Amino acid sequence: MEKEQRKIQKPESSSVKSNLTIAHLKRGQKGIIKEFAVDILPIKLLELGCLPGNEVELVQVAPLNDPIYINVNGSHIAIRRSVALQIELELLEDSLAS
Amino acid sequence: MSKSINVALIGNPNTGKTSVFNQLTGLKQKVGNYPGITVEKKEGICKLPRGVKAHILDLPGTYSLNTTSLDESVVVELLLNKNDKDFPDVAVVITDVENLKRNLLLFTQIKDLKIPAILVINMADRMSRKGISLDIPLLEEKLNTKIALVSTRKGTGVERIKELIADYKSLSISPVLDTTVIAPEYFDSLRETFPKEDLYKLWLVITQDVNFTPIEKKHIADTSSFTTKSKSELKRLQQKETILRYQFINGILKQTYKVDMNAAKGFRAALDKILTHRIFGYLIFFLILLTIFQAIYDWSSYPMDMIDAFFANASEWVKDTMPPGVFTNLIAEGVLAGIGGIVIFIPQIAFLFLFISLLEESGYMSRVVFLMDRIMRPFGLSGKSVVPLISGTACAIPAIMATRTIENWKERLITILVTPFTTCSARLPIYLIIIALVIPDGRFLGLSYQALTLMFMYFIGFAASLGSAMILNKILKINSRSFFVMEMPNYKMPLLKNVAYTVVEKTKSFVVGAGKIILAISIILWFLGSNGFSDKFKNAETIIDTKLKAEGFSEYNQSRIEEHLAAYKATLKNGEEKNNLRLTTRGLADSLDRKKKELVQTAEQEEIASYKLENSFMGYMGKAIEPIVRPLGYDWKIGIAVLTSFAAREVFVGTLATIYSVGNDGEETIKNRMAAEVDPITKKPLFNLASGVSLLLFYAFAMQCMSTLAIVKRETNTWKWPTMQLVFMSAFAYLVALIAYQILK
Repeated sequence: MEKEQRKIQKPESSSVKSNLTIAHLKRGQKGIIKEFAVDILPIKLLELGCLPGNEVELVQVAPLNDPIYINVNGSHIAIRRSVALQIELELLEDSLAS
Repeated sequence: MSKSINVALIGNPNTGKTSVFNQLTGLKQKVGNYPGITVEKKEGICKLPRGVKAHILDLPGTYSLNTTSLDESVVVELLLNKNDKDFPDVAVVITDVENLKRNLLLFTQIKDLKIPAILVINMADRMSRKGISLDIPLLEEKLNTKIALVSTRKGTGVERIKELIADYKSLSISPVLDTTVIAPEYFDSLRETFPKEDLYKLWLVITQDVNFTPIEKKHIADTSSFTTKSKSELKRLQQKETILRYQFINGILKQTYKVDMNAAKGFRAALDKILTHRIFGYLIFFLILLTIFQAIYDWSSYPMDMIDAFFANASEWVKDTMPPGVFTNLIAEGVLAGIGGIVIFIPQIAFLFLFISLLEESGYMSRVVFLMDRIMRPFGLSGKSVVPLISGTACAIPAIMATRTIENWKERLITILVTPFTTCSARLPIYLIIIALVIPDGRFLGLSYQALTLMFMYFIGFAASLGSAMILNKILKINSRSFFVMEMPNYKMPLLKNVAYTVVEKTKSFVVGAGKIILAISIILWFLGSNGFSDKFKNAETIIDTKLKAEGFSEYNQSRIEEHLAAYKATLKNGEEKNNLRLTTRGLADSLDRKKKELVQTAEQEEIASYKLENSFMGYMGKAIEPIVRPLGYDWKIGIAVLTSFAAREVFVGTLATIYSVGNDGEETIKNRMAAEVDPITKKPLFNLASGVSLLLFYAFAMQCMSTLAIVKRETNTWKWPTMQLVFMSAFAYLVALIAYQILK
């Protein structure tokens, strides 16, 4: 459990940094969730539809860039930046325009 | 009762479960707690077709049967326990048509428990606007269930639910999914160990506490003996299960659920753009808060005045109509004075709950949480702490219960610990009366000093919450997973009926809960105040008689007699003009004389009463604690009031009312009576700026509410935290009040 904790608390470390995650989206941009190591994310997030292969749209970002308001699989949810940095994406190019 | 069908309403949060419950049961509902825990239990009776009755249980909202909180485990525990008297004959799963996919996750889990389940698809009125079309017969077939398409807003479809419930025996109980495919070998070994048990049930028992925060963990059974998997492996399996279920649901919905993407989604997006805007968002939130406070102070003052007058009249009426005696005095002076002190809160509490339930029903509260999360985090709090802190201005008890939505245990604990600092409505009457007594009239920038002081009191309440949160955040060494996940529900026009239910129910529980304490304390106080053992108490009449003959009345009493006499004269004159009567000078003098005698007699009785009080049990108790409260500027009467208000703050004014009204003729308002109190040592008014400010500050910080302590104990599962709250907050309050008095005096 402690290990888990550290993973979440230090989001911008090493491998994560270079990849595109939900936290890197701009408002209105969309992406498809890639495979992720499921056990680092709370079960609740998965229950709300945050699963690999699903589409995510960034709806709004709160002041100070945290938390982040997303629409995933039709569920509108708010998550903290630290969690958003854990979810990698494939950017949907056509969403750039909006 | 015995023949009624047990029905459990289950569903995700924000699906309109409570609306369905209200429509099914009408006013025949009962709100209580689950034994031993503070999870709210709502039950009601519903009349079904063909004379059958159903007992409806409204379970807490949950996203799945994978429990992460106490509320959710109530649901799972009930569904797993066939012997529970509430075990449902049929589960009614409420879903929202817009979020059907997510809502069905829970439905498939319940179905797999082999409990007869009805699927209610709510908010059907939104379908056309959102471009949603559903193939109900196909969906029924695929999910092997019966569906009721409902709109609680329009009131359609509720009859269909009733019919389906009445007909529950025809529902299929076969599962829709085979969960064992996520780990065939594991489930095979389980099957071998427990050949008689249902595998899915077993699986739920095993995984019950995988996601629990430490404090809430409750041991269901010793699972370790047959668990061959580690916690993280179990979690992974749970996630696999979730993915499996979504695959299944996606497959079904592809054939039965169509959304026209071009249909408007603009309303939500547009509102979100404004309400979560980095400037306008905060501005709107601030304006809403202002409106709430305005309502509490301004709008509620009218009904409050009426209640005040009513109780003053009632007390007098009792004295006039009932035969004089001990019992009448108890009713008029003890009980009515005490109850009046609590009933007067109703308008303010009702307003607060009205606003809070409006904000929650409309979906706005989630936006506030979203806006505030990052700002609250340096204090060790979560955005979700905002809701308890705001609710805390009504009452800390529901506020502390509202912390359950905070997933992170440390953030939740800090929120629980600091919430009692926010200015709850019980402090309000104390603030109002003291401010009126000691803060001068006058205006600053068009705002009265008194209003500014009140605002300041709220401000220091919040400041104390945040400040202590920051300290606690540094001190507390708690490791807990910090998962903040919050649904942002769609905006909804609040249903008036739901809001009304909430307001009535919360207000009722507050008044009944606090009323009991106040009633008991009033009776005890009255007894202590009107009984004594010393000779001084027994011979009070003769002692005062001699003293009055020697010294005459106190200045206050003398001037009061004159005032009353003048007023009486004016009424006489007035009556003369109205009725066209002419009193002779002689007649007038006679009447005045008679009135004067009457007044003198009352004043004498009052002096006796107050002398008696001073030498009663209560007087001795008060004198005993006077050395402790003296440095804060209080006399023994205030000391008694402060002491009793450790039971509940609202007792303060009631206690003073009881103390002062022992022997009072009832015409006097408590405020005038307090203003007339004179410090026996300094001969100055007892309630002056220094002692007033000291009292205000004491009440701002002290932990004076037994009910809150009890709730904190229940929510934290230990006496450690409430004890610390009581000791630290009260010591801090004493210290601040002491400093304030010593500086200002």
